[in-house]
Amino acid sequence: MKQIGIISGKGGTGKTVITAGFASLAKDAVFADCDVDAADLHLLLKPEIIERHKFKSGKVAEIDKKFCQRCGKCLSVCRFSAITEDFVVDPISCEGCCFCSYVCPAGAIRMEEKICGEWFISNTRFGKLIHARLGVAEENSGKLVSLVREKAKQIAEKENCSLIIIDGSPGIGCPVIASLSGLDYAIVVVEPTLSGLHDADRVIKVAKHFGVSVKLIINKFNLNTEVTERIENYCQINNIPIIGKIKFDESVVKAMVEGKTIIEYQDTEAKREVTKIWYRLEEEIT
Amino acid sequence: MVISVASGKGGTGKTTIAVNLALSLPSAQLLDCDVEEPNSHIFIKPQITEKVKAFVLVPQIDKEKCNFCGKCAEVCAYKAIAVIKNKDVLVFKELCHSCGACSFFCPQGAIKEVEREIGVIEIGRKNDLEFVGGRLNIGEAISPPLISQVKAHINSGKNVIIDVPPGTSCPVIEAVKGSDFCILVTEPTPFGLNDLALAVEMLRKLKIPFGVIINRSELGDNKVDEFCRQKKLPILMQIPFKKEIAVAYSKGIPLIEGFPEYREKFKILYYKIKELVK
Repeated sequence: MKQIGIISGKGGTGKTVITAGFASLAKDAVFADCDVDAADLHLLLKPEIIERHKFKSGKVAEIDKKFCQRCGKCLSVCRFSAITEDFVVDPISCEGCCFCSYVCPAGAIRMEEKICGEWFISNTRFGKLIHARLGVAEENSGKLVSLVREKAKQIAEKENCSLIIIDGSPGIGCPVIASLSGLDYAIVVVEPTLSGLHDADRVIKVAKHFGVSVKLIINKFNLNTEVTERIENYCQINNIPIIGKIKFDESVVKAMVEGKTIIEYQDTEAKREVTKIWYRLEEEIT
Repeated sequence: MVISVASGKGGTGKTTIAVNLALSLPSAQLLDCDVEEPNSHIFIKPQITEKVKAFVLVPQIDKEKCNFCGKCAEVCAYKAIAVIKNKDVLVFKELCHSCGACSFFCPQGAIKEVEREIGVIEIGRKNDLEFVGGRLNIGEAISPPLISQVKAHINSGKNVIIDVPPGTSCPVIEAVKGSDFCILVTEPTPFGLNDLALAVEMLRKLKIPFGVIINRSELGDNKVDEFCRQKKLPILMQIPFKKEIAVAYSKGIPLIEGFPEYREKFKILYYKIKELVK
């Protein structure tokens, strides 16, 4: 079984639109939305949820007023400023380290298991989708990404699917690192802007750091042909294959507004290019 | 006043708003807290006068003193320490959250906390604009400690603008908390709306007042407008989609330089925010 992940460093370069495009063309694939923080793939794939699970991870301190002697030990050890002067825990700042509960002489601090989000297994018109929703203002996104990927793998094995396609998140931190591990290819979607190139370079370095090979797609390439050329030079120097260049196309937004993938929308240049990229990629993977 | 610029979805124009608002105000301070993918410097082109390394504390174990009792591993909530009975102690530094419990509880006094570099903070200026930006090292997973160290440079005598990373999870919380006001930047598309709703939920939880800027307006549908009206969220500004704006952005040209009429609009934006905070 192969796994490919679509990432970008910078947000809003077209990861999800391209992932959804691939999803409409792939046969025998399972899809995983690993942008658990701001998941959007479901808006195009319109999943029918068949399983729904709570994501429990980490802990949060709770001080029982009845037993608290207001001695201040907890306050003095907490490095996350999560306990107020009135001995109330701010659950958003609490990192769940348990330090306070260990030092409390009155045994007044309990560590509660935290529900940080939900994850789902769904049917879509293109195949199974594993997706999740990290609770707002929650942590442990990397763990939730790993969980989503583990479930996707189990389902792909069970259903004899040869491929997992992963929609990644922006940035280079924990959810991205969790999305990258063990990929056969990371597909980096870049737009021809100085920020886009700057950010792609950083995420490519992260991928290389973790030993994942990278391929690149330039999206909206005609927006600035000079920067597109710089990206092409960058790829040549760094030995990164460019597997496609997609034109800026307003129909991408129109398709999104209709809840369709660009493949399902009318015949456009973007659609033809994504189709071409997919078939080339598919041939190489399998 | 501290104004943070956030958005659920990436690529909606946070940096554009943060940079241009900062450039439109007299002697402001801009903090780039998108430490995973910092971009503000591309537009500001600040003269960097100081680079400070950013560290977190991690345990270092003195194996001469350690008797492998296992207390450190027992108290570590992140499984960052493993003790092989009577033999060895392993520290997984990337998993450590620097809570300090292990060194506190070690009965042998064998654990010292030492600094581990996770990134760098660049300090500089462009004319009368102060600039502070964080940059996370490649391969580092945890950005909030770096974000909080960038924020330690806040100059409270000035108007401070914070460029926030995308999303709604821990790095975003770290970047926006303590702000007097937060601008949520979105675009009028289903993705923009979905992620705006998440960001609104986050700010309500943090009890930070906020307003919305719709970027690339006229490009998608009017559902974001409807959402804001329904939820009574102030729409502070709309920037219509123009290919010329996108091209200027791609070259690293600030909006107010490419399109000087926006200078006034950003000033008005600031006054609107001042009214709302009052």
